[in-house]
Amino acid sequence: MSQPSISKSMTSGESGLAVVFAVTAFLCVIASAKALDAPFAFHAALSAAASLAAVFCIINRYLDRPAALPPAEINGRPNYNMGPIKFSSVMAMFWGIAGFLVGLIIASQLAWPALNFDLPWTSFGRLRPLHTSAVIFAFGGNVLIATSFYVVQKSCRVRLAGDLAPWFVVVGYNFFILIAGTGYLLGVTQSKEYAEPEWYADLWLTIVWVTYLLVFLATIIKRKEPHIFVANWFYLAFIVTIAVLHLGNNPALPVSVFGSKSYIAWGGIQDAMFQWWYGHNAVGFFLTAGFLAIMYYFIPKRAERPIYSYRLSIIHFWALIFLYIWAGPHHLHYTALPDWTQTLGMTFSIMLWMPSWGGMINGLMTLSGAWDKLRTDPVLRMLVVSVAFYGMSTFEGPMMSIKVVNSLSHYTDWTIGHVHSGALGWVGFVSFGALYCLVPWIWNRKGLYSLKLVNWHFWIATLGIVLYISAMWVSGILQGLMWRAYTSLGFLEYSFIETVEAMHPFYIIRAAGGGLFLIGALIMAYNLWMTVRVGEQEVQMPVALQPAE
Amino acid sequence: MKAILTLDNLASGLVTTIWTPVFVAIFVAIIAYAFWPRNKAAFDEAAHLPLREE
Repeated sequence: MSQPSISKSMTSGESGLAVVFAVTAFLCVIASAKALDAPFAFHAALSAAASLAAVFCIINRYLDRPAALPPAEINGRPNYNMGPIKFSSVMAMFWGIAGFLVGLIIASQLAWPALNFDLPWTSFGRLRPLHTSAVIFAFGGNVLIATSFYVVQKSCRVRLAGDLAPWFVVVGYNFFILIAGTGYLLGVTQSKEYAEPEWYADLWLTIVWVTYLLVFLATIIKRKEPHIFVANWFYLAFIVTIAVLHLGNNPALPVSVFGSKSYIAWGGIQDAMFQWWYGHNAVGFFLTAGFLAIMYYFIPKRAERPIYSYRLSIIHFWALIFLYIWAGPHHLHYTALPDWTQTLGMTFSIMLWMPSWGGMINGLMTLSGAWDKLRTDPVLRMLVVSVAFYGMSTFEGPMMSIKVVNSLSHYTDWTIGHVHSGALGWVGFVSFGALYCLVPWIWNRKGLYSLKLVNWHFWIATLGIVLYISAMWVSGILQGLMWRAYTSLGFLEYSFIETVEAMHPFYIIRAAGGGLFLIGALIMAYNLWMTVRVGEQEVQMPVALQPAE
Repeated sequence: MKAILTLDNLASGLVTTIWTPVFVAIFVAIIAYAFWPRNKAAFDEAAHLPLREE
């Protein structure tokens, strides 16, 4: 196997990264010893162990590999790099189940508060960010990294840039999730919604994310296909904007470099504005642009139909880019935020309805001439229903951003219902559909282990979503109306606890819906596992096997 | 209150205002690019891109 003509030596990336991780391990041991609080000591120790493991893995990988790095092409065909994609796909499934499970637990805690167990680590306040981060950043993030690395290679017809860099991105990102998640349980948080991780986790994510951007950009730059496919534009917008949002929202001064606590640079209403500029664009660029990239690649591929209108996809893209960035203030209606800013946020949110529906129509109409496949292919059905949910929640969102509507809906369960129709219906289903496509592709399988199980997953999860969102609509509007009900003497008609009591049955229905969604995901994990374990090999290997990495 | 025109507030006024016409112009240019008849063939080709890769 070895090629004697080339003497084997470490690349500068391998030796450099090994040294950097060795130094990091040493520094983390010191940080752990000098730590001011226990969670910081734990995280420093964890980072030291991870750094040592990284040094070991880099050296081990070097010893195992042939002298030459994997070629960019084999027999004139791109030698695609699937290893990091496999890793991210597996992690996506793992975190998805973990995140849905924690969601079910906190939904049950709201219905039966005894399930808090009176322990700090299992209290709602700590588990809630664990749930949101696990589903958005861990599940969704791994799906986005996996699909983006796949789509950019395939649509540029070129091997992923970098040798260790893609591995650094996928492993480093998941290590960030580990630090963030364990931090929440231990009470480490900077209390910014969807940006809870403390300063050291933020710094680490910055390094990982910039590497992600560089790998993605370098792959596009060396592309063999002259045109940059629209999905890559969406992925690029997602990666660049998340970098900007992360840096904008997180400038913080740690109390000590040996402690977990930090203070944010912005104060008061500026901090609130920054937070929701970040928060809503996390929705717009993480949960929308990234997953729209999946829509524009996976739906044509699965339906075997071209994109309905490529022109519309260009306008869809730029309209979203120009409008989304302004919508954040709708999270701060009737607060200390200046009135004009609130109106600005509302106006842009309403305008967003148009490109969103343009995109939805583009996704749905891609099925022109292939509608019959919805009957026979549950994976395509999942993808298409996800686009329908995208349309529904991008109609509901602008409506809720209207100030008078918001005065009823804000701070109520309606918001939770809205978020979950987007998160479960759109992001969840489009991710499931993408993973159902991706896993057989990257493991060279003819198809999925069982389409019947996909069908079960589809219907169980759909039922779960319907239970979830309808319960939250009723509960939210009920809650909003009860809060604003006055007696004839001008007193509030209901005490707060009475509104809580009224919501109890809906909380049980919501937990049941979440439970069904989790069952669907478990069926999926089994199906994907069996696809990899016993699935039939693709007869004609489209890509030559690459060395084990 | 009468605003006093200085180089400072002229510059800041210009900088904060100029983005609206600039963004509108860019967006109009993008729409023109998308609908330019000569680009149609290339876009139709690009719409098939996921289907013809190896």
